[in-house]
Amino acid sequence: MDYKKSTVHELHEKLVKKEISSVELTNAIYKRIDDVDDKVKAYLTLDKENALAQAAKVDTMIAKGETIKPLAGIPGAIKDNISIKGLRTTCASKILENFIPIYDAHVIENLKKDETIFLGKTNMDEFAMGSTTETSHFQITHNPWDLTRVPGGSSGGSASAIAAGEAVWSLGSDTGGSIRQPASFNGCVGIKPTYGRVSRYGCVAFASSLDQIGPITNDVTDAAIVLNTICGVDAHDSTSLPMEVPDFTKALRQDVKGLKIGLPKEFYGEGIDAPVKEQIKLAIEKYKELGAEIVDISLPHTEYAVITYYIIAPAEASANLARFDGVRYGYRNMKATSAPEMTTASRTEGFGPEVRRRIMLGTYVLSSGYYDAYYKKAMQVRTLIREDFTKAFEKCDLLLTPTSPVVAYPIGGNMSPLEVYMLDVTTIPVNMAGLPGISIPCGFVDKMPVGMQLIGKPLGEETLLRAAYTFEQATQFHKAVASLGGK
Amino acid sequence: MKVTAKDVKHIANLSRLTVSDSEMDKFLEQFNQILNYADILQKVDTTGIEPSPYVIPLNNVLREDVAVPGVSHEEALKNAPEVHNGGFKVPRVIE
Repeated sequence: MDYKKSTVHELHEKLVKKEISSVELTNAIYKRIDDVDDKVKAYLTLDKENALAQAAKVDTMIAKGETIKPLAGIPGAIKDNISIKGLRTTCASKILENFIPIYDAHVIENLKKDETIFLGKTNMDEFAMGSTTETSHFQITHNPWDLTRVPGGSSGGSASAIAAGEAVWSLGSDTGGSIRQPASFNGCVGIKPTYGRVSRYGCVAFASSLDQIGPITNDVTDAAIVLNTICGVDAHDSTSLPMEVPDFTKALRQDVKGLKIGLPKEFYGEGIDAPVKEQIKLAIEKYKELGAEIVDISLPHTEYAVITYYIIAPAEASANLARFDGVRYGYRNMKATSAPEMTTASRTEGFGPEVRRRIMLGTYVLSSGYYDAYYKKAMQVRTLIREDFTKAFEKCDLLLTPTSPVVAYPIGGNMSPLEVYMLDVTTIPVNMAGLPGISIPCGFVDKMPVGMQLIGKPLGEETLLRAAYTFEQATQFHKAVASLGGK
Repeated sequence: MKVTAKDVKHIANLSRLTVSDSEMDKFLEQFNQILNYADILQKVDTTGIEPSPYVIPLNNVLREDVAVPGVSHEEALKNAPEVHNGGFKVPRVIE
């Protein structure tokens, strides 16, 4: 049996009705991984033994007639910067090549309570720094829609695992677009929740004021199901919000009548590829047809968002990654004869070039004499970016933009770091303002998926889900299956 | 050029990293490209604008002062590259 494009909610029904067992399902997905992952390379680590033991446990629960949670017995994949106790967690870095977490991330604790199944850990850009999954120390992940192209990043493994049928649901993390952009490149649904909705405890820190964990799934309903489990306050993360978590599946209504959707003109400029823009315009027409009201708005500080991000995120990263000193965990250079020399050599050999560049950029913008000109200035511009959104949301309920200016591009391109950074222009502002964003499939260009991004007010996930669900149910894009061709 | 090879060596030292001579030219070019682009921020008037280090109000989170189990000694050492007498072993610090 083939479970490509099978959703969590469909499989849950089948499990409960005993049409399939969790062991069958889990074995079938591992078979799929065996068959295709040498081409896709989505996974860094598999955990078959524990996964099958957990599947057997869920089957026993079902046999006994116990009520099971929607994610129980349904195999998912976890980005390799989220800790599962006892399972290697590398952040796709040499420096953590042999790191075994001694505790579960908060989201993993919650998922375990729901009796779900973890297939393994997925590839990513090293320390989530990148937009192509090419900066992984271990391997390059290939886009299942065309194996010669990138899967996007940094959660490229989590997205391509879904597109290739190598997992039913997955988790990614999003600091500047790292869930939404790969979801868009792979024809998946991906949500970055409001900053603070999900505890970051156990997610290896990159930029703490921006990082947020979220789901990548085959449809909007599944995204709501995963959100239900991972959201909520956690004593281990003082930035997790003490808010009641609604039942997000209740927001899934086919109704956008009267909903005001804002189109920020800065997201429809020259930087967006014309064929991508064309697909987004068709999506806008669809929303009009479905009864939404379209409003033109402006976010005037958008052009400053990318550089603001590439000052703030490296600054925070330079502090967060200072913990990698070769003393307590991680890679150590064994030849050094003094402790400071050991730390410098371990870091230089353990981090890849992109991570080193960002640590140094961050160190520079925080250093004496440059702090005000770069870091403080960027934090002030961040305030202006946030205020743009606040003003925009006085005129509309949510915003609609392309998720990325382009579709997935060829692996091994020769763009400079800055050119790659500029492609994050559509996703970064959302992190800067801490807002929720979702990417859903809305078309194809050159047979590659195009994603549309919806941006909500703080804690406005329900409105996003409702609008995304309404579009999805009125279209067929989410049902298209990746070809695994192109090579 | 915003930064020179000498500056890069200084930043590398602060970051506990080294940039080799063979990497230096490419590194300088990419680093300066990013810093030059950052000049566009000078167009923005930020007089009197409060910086946003975070986007949500940050409050101290307090709890009752009750002892709870922490990380065990054994677990804390589990990932250590070198262990000696129940501690983290490092090369000589003081000559």
